[in-house]
Amino acid sequence: MNIEVNNISVEANNGETILDVLKRNNIHVPTLCHIKDMLPSGACRICIVEDIKTGKLIPSCSFPAYDGLKIKTHSYKVINARKTIVELLLANHPNDCLYCDRNQNCDLQTLASDLQIKQPRIKGQKEHHNLDFSSVSLKRDPDKCILCGRCVRVCETIMGVSAISFINRGSRTFIGTALNEGLNTSSCINCGRCVVVCPTGALSEQTQYEKVIEAINNSEKTVVVQYAPAISVSLAEFFDIEAGTDVNGKMNAALRRLGFDKVFDTTFSADLTIMEEGTELINRLQNGGKLPMFTSCCPAWIKYAEEFLPDMLDNISTCKSPQQMLGAIIKTYFAEKIGTKPENIYSVSIMPCVAKKFEEQRVEMGSESISDIDAVLTTRELAELIKTYGIDFKNLEPESADSPHGERSTAGKLFGVSGGVMEAAIRTAYAKLTGNELEDLKVEAVRGLEGRKEAKLNINGFELGVAVVSGLANAIQLIDEIKKGRSDIHFVEIMACPGGCINGGGQKLHSDIEDIKKRMQSLYIIDIDENEPLKVSHKNKEVLDLYEKFLGEPNSHKAHELLHTKYHKRDVLL
Amino acid sequence: MDELEKLFENYDLSRDNLIPILQEIQEHEGYLSPESIALVGKKLKIPNSQVYGVATFYNQFRFVPKGKYNIQLCRGTACHVLGSATVLEEFEKHLDIKAGQTTKDGLFSLEVVACIGACGLAPAISVNGEVFAKVNRETVKAITSLYN
Ligand code: SF4
Ligand code: SF4
Ligand code: SF4
Ligand code: FES
Repeated sequence: MNIEVNNISVEANNGETILDVLKRNNIHVPTLCHIKDMLPSGACRICIVEDIKTGKLIPSCSFPAYDGLKIKTHSYKVINARKTIVELLLANHPNDCLYCDRNQNCDLQTLASDLQIKQPRIKGQKEHHNLDFSSVSLKRDPDKCILCGRCVRVCETIMGVSAISFINRGSRTFIGTALNEGLNTSSCINCGRCVVVCPTGALSEQTQYEKVIEAINNSEKTVVVQYAPAISVSLAEFFDIEAGTDVNGKMNAALRRLGFDKVFDTTFSADLTIMEEGTELINRLQNGGKLPMFTSCCPAWIKYAEEFLPDMLDNISTCKSPQQMLGAIIKTYFAEKIGTKPENIYSVSIMPCVAKKFEEQRVEMGSESISDIDAVLTTRELAELIKTYGIDFKNLEPESADSPHGERSTAGKLFGVSGGVMEAAIRTAYAKLTGNELEDLKVEAVRGLEGRKEAKLNINGFELGVAVVSGLANAIQLIDEIKKGRSDIHFVEIMACPGGCINGGGQKLHSDIEDIKKRMQSLYIIDIDENEPLKVSHKNKEVLDLYEKFLGEPNSHKAHELLHTKYHKRDVLL
Repeated sequence: MDELEKLFENYDLSRDNLIPILQEIQEHEGYLSPESIALVGKKLKIPNSQVYGVATFYNQFRFVPKGKYNIQLCRGTACHVLGSATVLEEFEKHLDIKAGQTTKDGLFSLEVVACIGACGLAPAISVNGEVFAKVNRETVKAITSLYN
């Protein structure tokens, strides 16, 4: 069928909304409340177009296209109506763009500029709400909220958490937690999904870069940085480089220019995690331990489990996440090696994630007064910092990470995408159990961005069942099945963010699904790169060296002390 | 709490019964406490933020216990026409609370209610059932000073 858009006939498919058709034909209509692949909510009406036959304004995001429909996307009427909508939003907006986290990166600001709103024409009043700084991961400024409801919807449908909801009604409506308490006492798992979809500065991460700059400028501190596997394929987009490009070398160079004394790669400790977690899995399988075993690298998932699944905490691997493992090694082994006290080391990690800020400050993550990690920066914060320091990122010569925690396998690198922990674990577990390497290292069944992937693997006649879930709501479904008696699954990888950390809450805002796919592809390409000989975690020499010189065996007493943790039931307002 | 638990026995634990259940709890306890909101969420398997969201959507629910003296302001047509909004504003200013809230010392709570049937006396208020007629900005202070 065909519809007519601005006097031009375009093809439409059955079941498409007007917006779908427009997007496919690169005709731009602004949206605010709309979220791709989710049911339309119709809350903001900024996406209206004019139905030529009736003269009515209809919301394109929720209106189905039908044969013979004639619309205008930018008629006089449409533009005026859009203008009024934005003016009404601005009427009770704080208007402090210059000092806002989202300055130059805000949908409302862009709309006001595109629609050429130059004067505050409508005066409005709105109830004032206090800032919510209570969470270590997120900040909320409800005064900047335009009530598009995107945060509420992703929190409910993608995460299955519903920490926030619409409170009150009419002009008094706002977004809040149960009893309007701080986010820290709510069920929020700090995933940051809401931040990534928020069109304004109403939601943002707690930044820590000031602390980091301070430490870098403190001559008494050795400032060490590590970066997660997903970062090197996610940073390019901030610097006009093709999305997904692996900029690992440039990033190492930039981090040195920022003044970090040592540059380590969290992928090193992803390999370490595989050694620990693989051994733990084999032990559970052979000694009748709790199964299925769940992965533990995603702190958002861990908090969810502590809140909603207190009776399943024993199913979660006791391994700390790679961030925390490397943090613990830096403050012990590395400190000793360079002859300094752990308190003189300032340990920073660059993560695609805001939940990592929460994980870092958990009391379990350190010993006595020494915290494994001192500050966590998101991919966004790192990009800002590189800009602040005037580093010409695009033209940096690539450099390598530092020894002894810079070597990494391409398996560890896969941690950045959903299914990667599983694939790396399978490679190593297979080798440990059979004494041989897998013939084909690629485990196709656990690759890709689908929310749920399952596979059965034959290892020495034993059928190992594995499942990989991302987007926490998908995990909740699988866990329901397991609770109801499903027993063919032995090992489950869980990532809160859809597609894993390449799509984390600390990544570039307004990330397009195509960009996320490119990040994923890039990790897969690294895995088959011929210049990357190290493809399995258990052959990482620096990791093996660490066992030999310091830790002993995987799951040894020392490894347990430093690299493993405990979980606790959490009482929060669910 | 046990009594609250019992209350659920009379209901089908479905979302449809959220409002009636909240109403009955409020009738019992005088308000919706954090504990009762959490309990409703657990029983009906609704996230607490949504229970709270729904409850705040309706004016009838309160989230703090009533004060020792509960001031009810009539918002019936007669009272409205004769300036009940100004009276409300004055009470809110004087007590430093909003309608639906209770003063920190627990002495007064403020509530806007449908017609209390004293239209001849508009604008009318009642304090713990005692009706005051033709209230205006000036008399607000005098009325509260009667209760201490
Ligand atoms: S961070 Fe995640 S869990 Fe918390 S409110 Fe946002 S979407 Fe919900
Ligand atoms: S906080 Fe942001 S995402 Fe949530 S409703 Fe407000 S503007 Fe929309
Ligand atoms: S999936 Fe990755 S980015 Fe998302 S919350 Fe978990 S650890 Fe963070
Ligand atoms: S984007 Fe269509 S109504 Fe908001």
